[in-house]
Amino acid sequence: MNKKDSPYLPENATILSVEKMAEREKLFEIELDSGEQLGHDPGQFVEVSVPGVGEAPISISSSPTKEGNSFELCIRKVGNVTNVIHNLKEGDKIGIRGPYGEGFPVEELRGHDVIFIAGGLGIAPLRSLINYSLDNREEFEDIKILYGCRKPCELLYEDEVEEWRDMNNIDYRETVDECPDDVCWEGNVGVITTLIPGIDIDLDNSYTVVCGPPIMYRFVLQELKEKKVPDERIYLSLERRMKCGVGKCGHCQINGEKEELYVCQDGPVFNYDNIKDFEEAL
Amino acid sequence: MKVIKKEDLENFVDELIANNEKEVVGVKSKDSKYVFDKLENAEELELDYDVTILPPKKYFMPQRETLVEYETREGIEMEAVNEVVPRIIIGIHPYDLEAIKQMDKVFADSPEDDNYLEKREKSVLIGVNMKQISEWSFAGSMGTATIEDGYDLMLTDLGDRYAVEIGTSKGRELLERESLEMRDAEPEEVEEVENIEENIQNGFEKELDFSPQNLPWLLAENYGDEDFWEENAEDCYSCGTCNIVCPTCYCFDVQDFSDISLEEGERMRQWDGCMLEAFAEVAGGENFREERAERYRHRYMRKGRYLYNRFGDIACVGCGRCSSQCVPDIADPTDIFNKLWSDKDE
Repeated sequence: MNKKDSPYLPENATILSVEKMAEREKLFEIELDSGEQLGHDPGQFVEVSVPGVGEAPISISSSPTKEGNSFELCIRKVGNVTNVIHNLKEGDKIGIRGPYGEGFPVEELRGHDVIFIAGGLGIAPLRSLINYSLDNREEFEDIKILYGCRKPCELLYEDEVEEWRDMNNIDYRETVDECPDDVCWEGNVGVITTLIPGIDIDLDNSYTVVCGPPIMYRFVLQELKEKKVPDERIYLSLERRMKCGVGKCGHCQINGEKEELYVCQDGPVFNYDNIKDFEEAL
Repeated sequence: MKVIKKEDLENFVDELIANNEKEVVGVKSKDSKYVFDKLENAEELELDYDVTILPPKKYFMPQRETLVEYETREGIEMEAVNEVVPRIIIGIHPYDLEAIKQMDKVFADSPEDDNYLEKREKSVLIGVNMKQISEWSFAGSMGTATIEDGYDLMLTDLGDRYAVEIGTSKGRELLERESLEMRDAEPEEVEEVENIEENIQNGFEKELDFSPQNLPWLLAENYGDEDFWEENAEDCYSCGTCNIVCPTCYCFDVQDFSDISLEEGERMRQWDGCMLEAFAEVAGGENFREERAERYRHRYMRKGRYLYNRFGDIACVGCGRCSSQCVPDIADPTDIFNKLWSDKDE
């Protein structure tokens, strides 16, 4: 059987560089051995394969506008596969399947204000869209980025965040849940929702894109509701353990009263209005 | 319709076995139950069984099968694998044929899953009308007690002979053997088959109190009735047996198995079950169906609504395997569905 006949056969790829970003997260720059571009949309994911260990679904963290043929994955060390990936280094080989899923609705967002709200590792999928919009800055109106993590040492993409802080054409705000006494931190201290009341949202012209852990969604959505942000102007990216990525294995199905969704095909990015009745979504 | 004497069918099966072109499997007895297994000779074949422990799905989607072989000595070498054994499967009841039709749709849905489709394509399905009916079966209510298509050949027991309905050219080709003693059915034999099929409908102890076409909306309406699902799931062991024996359960897990060198191995898919606790768990430990009742509800929703929404079929064929094998006896779909039906006006 060749690749055409099996949706389960990964492509070979090479790790071009590894950057440690925080205690549990590393950024991997990867290139397909075919030399071709991955050809993804912001918000899509790939199945990363370590033969002998298995596969894990990982969101693509780089924008398709990034120069060159490589793409980036920010991987948290949290299970068998990701533990092993963390031991890999420049030049090592891995397998890639994908890109899979529905990413962010770039066409819909174009011409509008975009508010990004990222919690913790949620910055990884959002960064694919953030960088896309920064690379096409003129196509978007106001851009706001709200980024929160637990402690200053957990902040990811430090170099880029440093640039965002200094950029005049975006509004970047950050917060940490707590800051140890011996750490210097000039940003806000408090959970991510504490940043929301302070921002102006042009309700008729904005989209809010949120990514973070399930618990964060609940509080952020509540806060956005208080701000009167319409549900259909909110997009979120959901996490599931997709085993196949192609709508067959059943693991990522989420159920609602009216219908059901497969996160690997219908998502991982969803319009909030479309999933708010799905009690299993969060 | 053709007619073949029982002894001639036996000779025919023995010839197929001897011929060795395709592996011949059929229903055999195992202790006090029945299983689909490889036939050594035609005498082993038990065509008047009630139900098998596992459905014939295992031949197209094995409990464990290799999807990819890998080797990591220098870089990574990965190759897609499909271990296809062409088979003739003898003695499939109509409800299992219906389940296979449904699974064909699932795996042909884009992107096509050749690991299933090729095994399926290389198989010949010989159905048989039920002579015995399992006490747990309610195929009569699900419209799957008899079937119009989905088989290559279909047998009906007429005492000392079998009526043979030819469903496909694959079935016709199988019968093209000079040695085969077979004749056209007489009009009264055709009528006899019709009568037998009609009578099968009346042989079920268990039944749904309503048409299964109502299941999608009935389940949707009761999705939010948490008390109902909690009450009924209370004794569930979360063992997944109902998933494992179901002819329309196809969820799977994928795992790598390396050999002792740790430099080569296989990526395999194996049956998984939505009733198992970790099914909807993600890497960080979050579980999106943590409660037993949520998992229990999920199985019924999937059978009666989700797969219907996606593929157009009610994905319960009424075989009764889940209920017959459930240790705490809480997996009977007629029990749950009838309760929902009778409660609907309250």
